[in-house]
Amino acid sequence: MYDVVIIGAGVVGGMVARTLAKYDMKICIVDKESDVAMGATRANSAIVHAGFDAAEGSMKARMNVRGSQMMESVCRELGVKYKRNQSLVVGFENERSEVEAIYKRGLANGVEGLSIVEKDELHTLEPNLNPDLTVALLAKTGAIVCPYELCLAAVGNAMDNGAALELDFEVCGIEKADSVYTVKALDGREIKAKYVINSAGVYSDEIAAMTGDADFTVKPRRGEYMLLDKECGGFTTRTIFHTPTKMGKGILVSPTVDGNLLLGPTATDIEDKEDTSTTAEGFATIFAKASDNVSNIPFNKVITSFCGLRATGSVGDFIIKERDGVITLGGIESPGLSSAPAIAEYVEQLLADKGALGEKKADFIATRRPMHYYRELTMDEKNAIIKKDPAYGRIVCRCEGITEGEVVEALTVNPAARDIDGVKRRTRSGMGRCQGGFCSPTVVELIARERGIPFESVTKFGKGSIVNYGKTKGDM
Amino acid sequence: MATMSKELVIIGGGPAGMSAAVAAYDAGIRDILILERDKSLGGILRQCIHNGFGLHRFGEELTGPEYAYRYELQVRERNIPVKLGTMVLDITPDKTVTAMNGEDGLFTIDAKAIILAMGCRERPKGALNIAGTRPAGIFTAGTAQRFVNMDGYMPGKKVVILGSGDIGLIMARRMTLEGAEVKAVCELMPYSGGLARNIEQCLNDFSIPLMLSHTVVEIHGKERVEGVTIAKVDENRRPIPETRQFIECDTLLLSVGLLPENELTKSANIGLDRITGGAVVDQNRSTELEGVFACGNVLHVHDLVDYVSEEADIAGRAAAEYIKGNTASGRSISLSTDGKVRYTVPQRISANENVTVYFRVADVYRDVRIVVRDKDRVIINKKKQKVAPGEMETVTLTREMIESVAGDNLSFSIEK
Amino acid sequence: MIRELTCIVCPKGCQLKVELDGKKVLSVEGATCKRGVAYAEAECTAPMRTITSTAVIVGGGVVPVKTDKAIPKELVFDCMKQINAARVSPDAKLGDIVIENVLGTDANVVTTRNAKL
Repeated sequence: MYDVVIIGAGVVGGMVARTLAKYDMKICIVDKESDVAMGATRANSAIVHAGFDAAEGSMKARMNVRGSQMMESVCRELGVKYKRNQSLVVGFENERSEVEAIYKRGLANGVEGLSIVEKDELHTLEPNLNPDLTVALLAKTGAIVCPYELCLAAVGNAMDNGAALELDFEVCGIEKADSVYTVKALDGREIKAKYVINSAGVYSDEIAAMTGDADFTVKPRRGEYMLLDKECGGFTTRTIFHTPTKMGKGILVSPTVDGNLLLGPTATDIEDKEDTSTTAEGFATIFAKASDNVSNIPFNKVITSFCGLRATGSVGDFIIKERDGVITLGGIESPGLSSAPAIAEYVEQLLADKGALGEKKADFIATRRPMHYYRELTMDEKNAIIKKDPAYGRIVCRCEGITEGEVVEALTVNPAARDIDGVKRRTRSGMGRCQGGFCSPTVVELIARERGIPFESVTKFGKGSIVNYGKTKGDM
Repeated sequence: MATMSKELVIIGGGPAGMSAAVAAYDAGIRDILILERDKSLGGILRQCIHNGFGLHRFGEELTGPEYAYRYELQVRERNIPVKLGTMVLDITPDKTVTAMNGEDGLFTIDAKAIILAMGCRERPKGALNIAGTRPAGIFTAGTAQRFVNMDGYMPGKKVVILGSGDIGLIMARRMTLEGAEVKAVCELMPYSGGLARNIEQCLNDFSIPLMLSHTVVEIHGKERVEGVTIAKVDENRRPIPETRQFIECDTLLLSVGLLPENELTKSANIGLDRITGGAVVDQNRSTELEGVFACGNVLHVHDLVDYVSEEADIAGRAAAEYIKGNTASGRSISLSTDGKVRYTVPQRISANENVTVYFRVADVYRDVRIVVRDKDRVIINKKKQKVAPGEMETVTLTREMIESVAGDNLSFSIEK
Repeated sequence: MIRELTCIVCPKGCQLKVELDGKKVLSVEGATCKRGVAYAEAECTAPMRTITSTAVIVGGGVVPVKTDKAIPKELVFDCMKQINAARVSPDAKLGDIVIENVLGTDANVVTTRNAKL
C-alpha cells in the first residue's frame, strides 16, 4: 500500500516523485513503457523557456516563470547538465510589433533579463543569423537542459530515497474503495495508493477518465526534429526562435547541452498517440523554416532525426487540479519541461493543504552524482578508478568515448536501463557519429550479462523491439 | 599517469596497421608499438569470413580471418609489441599519443613517428533522413555481419538491403545461407557500388533482385521493422511518388558507404582531403604533419585488402626512413583532378621515384582514356573500356616521368 | 548460343561471353586469365561455389569455416545443413577439418580461424 502512485514517468512525474520523496511517504511511479522519459520527455526542444510565451495570468505562464527560476538549482542538485545560453526571438522588420508584444508579455509575466536587440547587435551576437533579420527579443534567462537526463536523474533520486518504479505497467483501470485507489495494469499487476497523480502526458485524459473526470481531452501534436553532428554545436550560441504562431513557437535552432545542434519542431495535430514517425514533409519544413532564421546550416551533418508528441489539452492551458485524492497534471505541452519543477512544487503544496505530506525525512538524499561524471574526471582520477575496476578503461563506444564501466553503471544505477536505448540515453553510447554501428553488439552483450538474460532477449526499447531472432545455428 | 616513448606508434591493428608494422620492422625499426582497440588483431577482417582476399598478395583466395592471421603471425614472429583492448583518445601535433585500456589505465606515449591505421566506419542511417518510425531491426550491414559471424545470432529473417556496397552484397548472401529471406537490394544510383563478382555470386546466385535507381522512402513498424516503402528515383535521385511500393520485412540493412575514421587525425590538426575524408598525403603516405603517416581505409576506402597491405608497406617503410633521419628530397608536385576523377591518393609527390597513383571516378564512363598532364603535355594516356565509382583505378608514374615534370602540378582527367 | 557471365574468380569481375553448343563450351571471350576461362567452362557445365559460414564451438560461440575447395553449386544449401549440424572443438586450430569430404564432394569443411582467440 502506497501513499502516492504517480502514473507517467516523464519529466513531470519524475520531478513530482523527487519532490515528494523528501517526505516520509511511500511512492510508486508507474509507466507503460520499459523505461522512464519515453513520451514527450524523450523528444522535445530541450529548452528552459524564459516564460514570455504564455498568456498573462495563465497556469502556463506561472509555472514556466517559476520553473525557469528553479531549474538551475534543481539541475545542480541532480547533477544534470544545464546551460543558461540565452534565447533570441528573432523577427524581420515587419514583425517588429510582434516582437515588442512578446517583450511586453514577458514583462507582465514577471520574466527577468529581457531586452530588445537591434540589427547590428543581433548579428554580432549571432553571426550565422539570416542577415535580413532586424530585431529580436533577447532573454538572458533562456537556458538549455537535457530533458531525459533531468527525468532520469529525478526518478533516480526519488528511487534513491525509497520510491518504487514499475515499468511496462500499462494502466487499464482505476478503482476506488474505502479511500484507497487501486491502479490496475493490463498484465494484472495492481498498485494500491491513497493518492493518484496523473502525469500521463498524451494519455492524461484517458487516465483522468478512468477516475471519472471527462472534463478535458488531449490530442497529440507531432513535432519532428533533426540533430546535427557535434561539430555544428557552435553554429549558434543562443536558442533561436522565430516570432510564434498559433501552432507553437515555430522551428527553433539551438545548441544542445551535449554540443549538438538541434532543429525543430514541426507542429502537426494528429490522432494516434503512438505515432512518432518522421515524414519527408517534416524534413522539408525543418530545412525551410530553420533556414529563414539561420543561414547556411550544414544540413549534410544531420546524424539523426526523431519525432515527439506534445500533449495538447483541449482547454488551452495546463490542466492542474485536485479532486477526491486524484491530482491531474493534464495537457502538459510546452513549456512543460521548463515548468516541471514548479508543477512538482505546486503538487507538494496541494498535498500539504490536504495534510497528506508526511514528516520531512531526516536522511533525504538531495543530490545525485552526475550521470556523466566519469568523462569529467582528470586522467589521474580516472586511473585511480580503472585500477580498482578495469572496465572503466575499456572503451565500448568509440565515437563518444564511453567505457564498459559506465555502461554497467547505466544498467545498475537507479533507474537501471534495461535495453539498448536506455543505455544510450544514460551514457550517450551509440549517440555519436556511427550511431551505434560499432558499439551496439557489445552493448547487447553487456545488457545480457548484467541482466542475466539471453543475448537474443535483449531489446532496443522493450516489448517486441528485439534485436536478434535467436542463434544462427539453433540451440547450441 | 604513465608516460613512455616509442620510435614508432601504429594506431590500429587491422590489415593496414599489421602490414605497416611488419614493413617498418623489416626496414630496421625495432621500437614499435601497435595499439589495437579490439580484443585481438585483425580489425574488420575478423568478421569478413567470406573469401576473395589475398589473390594479389598471396596468390590464393583466402577468407578475411585467414588473411588477417597471416599478418598476425608475421607480427608475432617479429615479436612486435601489441597492446590490445587499447583505445587511442588523442594525438597532439607534437606526436604525443594518449591511450587507455583496462590494464594500464590512461597513459601517454611520445612518438617519433606515428602511422594512422584506424580504418573506416559505415555511414549510419541518420544521415539518410528516411521518414517513418524508428523500430528495432535497422542495422548497418557491418553491424549485422558482426552479429551473424562473430556472435552467432540472427538479426533478421526477412531482409531488405539499402545500398549495394560490397558489405551489403556479402550480407545478402550470408543472411540467405543462414536461412533468411533477402527480398531486395535497393540502390539509389543507376549502377552498383559493389564489385561485379559480388552481384553475381551474392545476388544472382540466389535470385535476389538488385533494384537500381531505387531507395527506401519510409520505414514501418512500431517495435520491430514491419516493412519498408521503396520507390524508384528520377535522374535527380528524387523519389517518384507513383512508384512507391511496400515490401514486408523485419530488417533493413544499410550499405550506403564507408567513411574513413579520422577523428584522431583531426585532433592532431592534420589536413584532410574533402573528398576522401582522409589525410592529404604524399607518395610515402606522409601527412602534412612530419612523422605522421596514414594508410589503409583511414586514408581512403579501398576495394581490396590486398591494396591496403600494399599501401601500408609504403607507409611502414617510409616511417622507418623518417625515424632513421632519411627524409625525401624536395620535389613538390600537387595532383589535381577534373571532377570525373574524384580524387587521387597520393595528393602530392615529393620525390623523383616511381609512384602508383590510386584514384576513383565520379560516375560510370565507357570507352574513355585516363589522361595525366603536366600543363599541356600528356604524360599518360591510358584507354579503359569502363571505369566505375565502385572500382579503384591506378596509374603508375615512373621516376622518369616525374623528373620530366616542368610545373608543380599534374592533372588527372577522364576523356573521350 | 552465347551466354554472358560475370567472372567471380577475382575482384576484377571480367565480363565473359561463352559460346555454347548445348552444354559444350566452344569458346570463351573476355577473360583476362586462364582461371577465368576455366570458370566460364565450369559455370556453363557444372557450376561450383566455395562456401563460407560459421560452425558452433562446443561450449559456446562460433568459428568461421569454409569448404577448402569449391563444391557443386546445387549442393550449397545441403552443405549449409551439414555445417549447421557440425560441432567444433574449442581447441580447434585454423585449418582443422570440421567435416571431411562433405557430401562426398571431396571438399573438406575447415576452420578459418583458431577457435580460441
